[in-house]
Amino acid sequence: MATTAAGEGRDDKSGDVILSVRDVSVAFGEQVVLDKLSLDVYRGEILGFVGASGSGKSVLLRTVLGLNRKQGGTIKLFGVDTDNVTEAQRIGIDMRLGMLFQHGALFSGLSVIENVQVPMREYLDLPRKLMDELARLKIELVGLPANAANKFPSQLSGGMIKRAALARALALDPAIVFLDEPTSGLDPIGAAEFDELVAKLRDTMGLTVYMVTHDLDSLFSVCDRVAVLGQKKVLVEGSISYMLTVEEPWVKSYFRGKRARQIDPATLTSNASAGANR
Amino acid sequence: MLTKDRDDASPHDIAAEPRPQAQGKAEGGRLAVTLSGNWTTRSIGGVDREMRALEEQAGATTVVLDLSGIREMDTAGAWVIKRLAVTQGRKGARIELSGGRQAFDVLLAAVEDAALQEPPPAESRPFGIVPTLEAIGRSVVNAWSEFLLAMHILGATLSGNRRRRGRRINLAPLTMQIDRMGIGAIPVVVLMSTIVGAIVAQQGAFQLRYFGAEIFVVDLVGILVLREMGVLLTAIMIAGRSGSAITAEIGSMKMREEVDALTVIGLNPIGVLVFPRLVALAIIMPLLTIIANIAAIAGAMAIAWVYSGITPEAFFDRMTAAIDESSLLSGLFKAPIMGFIIGIIASVEGMKVGGSAESLGRHVTSSVVKSIFVVIVVDGLFAIFYAAIDF
Repeated sequence: MATTAAGEGRDDKSGDVILSVRDVSVAFGEQVVLDKLSLDVYRGEILGFVGASGSGKSVLLRTVLGLNRKQGGTIKLFGVDTDNVTEAQRIGIDMRLGMLFQHGALFSGLSVIENVQVPMREYLDLPRKLMDELARLKIELVGLPANAANKFPSQLSGGMIKRAALARALALDPAIVFLDEPTSGLDPIGAAEFDELVAKLRDTMGLTVYMVTHDLDSLFSVCDRVAVLGQKKVLVEGSISYMLTVEEPWVKSYFRGKRARQIDPATLTSNASAGANR
Repeated sequence: MLTKDRDDASPHDIAAEPRPQAQGKAEGGRLAVTLSGNWTTRSIGGVDREMRALEEQAGATTVVLDLSGIREMDTAGAWVIKRLAVTQGRKGARIELSGGRQAFDVLLAAVEDAALQEPPPAESRPFGIVPTLEAIGRSVVNAWSEFLLAMHILGATLSGNRRRRGRRINLAPLTMQIDRMGIGAIPVVVLMSTIVGAIVAQQGAFQLRYFGAEIFVVDLVGILVLREMGVLLTAIMIAGRSGSAITAEIGSMKMREEVDALTVIGLNPIGVLVFPRLVALAIIMPLLTIIANIAAIAGAMAIAWVYSGITPEAFFDRMTAAIDESSLLSGLFKAPIMGFIIGIIASVEGMKVGGSAESLGRHVTSSVVKSIFVVIVVDGLFAIFYAAIDF
């Protein structure tokens, strides 16, 4: 069984740790879902997080965001332990993170531009016109047409919902954004465009991206590092080219199985490091 | 698909299909079962009983299944046949299959895993002393946790609306709720109260006529409407109208992860969703009660004039003698409290909604029923309280 391979195969990054998960355990009643899981996310990287369905990827994501209670371990966001935060620190953290839920979770009673403005209204004191302009800027940055701003979520297609939700996640120019299966349900072209969008935004805004995904194409094309969740812990983590060498059976059948594309590792590392070394 | 091993593709009359048959002949320890007809989902019901009877037969050391007479088979037919084989096999019999086509073998192999599974244990029927006690205990514990959840929501609402910046209370959602829940309810509350006031006046007048005391219908209506019925009917109408809406809105937001999105953005979902609704309910209930009181008394006045010949002047005269401030205030005081109760129960039920449409429907129903019930109970408690303090 592979031990956590932290440190092996990872492109050497001197970037600081933006999210630090240490020995986190989560259980629902009797059933233990995560058992002393540890993970680091570095500033400026796109981390892909994979695991079998039901292995606890969403649970970990929700625990990091404080939507689930954990039974043990520490989580540090921006160097601050989320268990011991003052109100002011909590506000600081919340302003610097954004989340894209799997189905968008747009507020169905609000239009797209109003959705994007919800975090702005909560945290910033902006004149109305400026707030509109900034919201439209975000809408444009995620590739939505301008006329989508006044539409309601029920009037949007699946791909547009995801983009609108991304615009809301980016409303305050966060430092780290969490994406929960962002390309699920998108056609291959839309999914590829979304991947490119994420990479471009990372380059423009200096984002760190934590992406829970099943999409092998996303992993191969956009992620700098991948962490594999299995057996209630992080089984292996490292760059994609490292993943292709891991012998652990589940990881092997995931990355080199029938559905994986034939990837030339040489082209991979050049892609990944071109994005990562900023 | 290998299920239909037929040559002709013509549609045919279901009644003309050969029905499945299973004939068993037991000689000594050998049970020979001859199967024929169409063993498909459409027709399999007809042969289930015979097959189960064959499964029950004991004492067979060999069971021979002759499949040559089967015209068509699909997974349902394969399942029934496999079930017989497995059951007899568990009794120690040797199973032989003969006469089957290759398509049948594929089907029989496909259902083998399912056939080998143990059937799930039969659910124990909830009768008897222990299950009843368990059910009672469980519902008591649930009722206690619901009460705690309601208190949590009440507390979180009152304390959690502090905004990160800006004014303490956000007026926009509050006024929108007052408009939707309050102003929108005026027509139906007026209509309902007028009719109920008229009905009470009419029935009361008929009875009082026997005693020549018809004028006292004014007292009856005045006190009844102001103290009890104005508030109670309004509360019931608001529970049905706004309580269900609150539960449905919060519940469907919960289903779509919008509540989680609020939390992640840093907003307190209870502060955003529940607080404006609770405050709006507490404001509109007394106002609607006043409107309901007026409407009910107006309806009573009209009926008294038509049926009993009590003119509006006489009505008002008698009314001023019959009621005083305590009648009006006792009813009005209950109104905001009932508004809170409806709002809290509706919010609690909304937060409890799970992931399915059925869950949403169930909790909306329970929200309306519970709030009406609690409102009536509280009304009764107030009646006792007022009697005790002689108000």
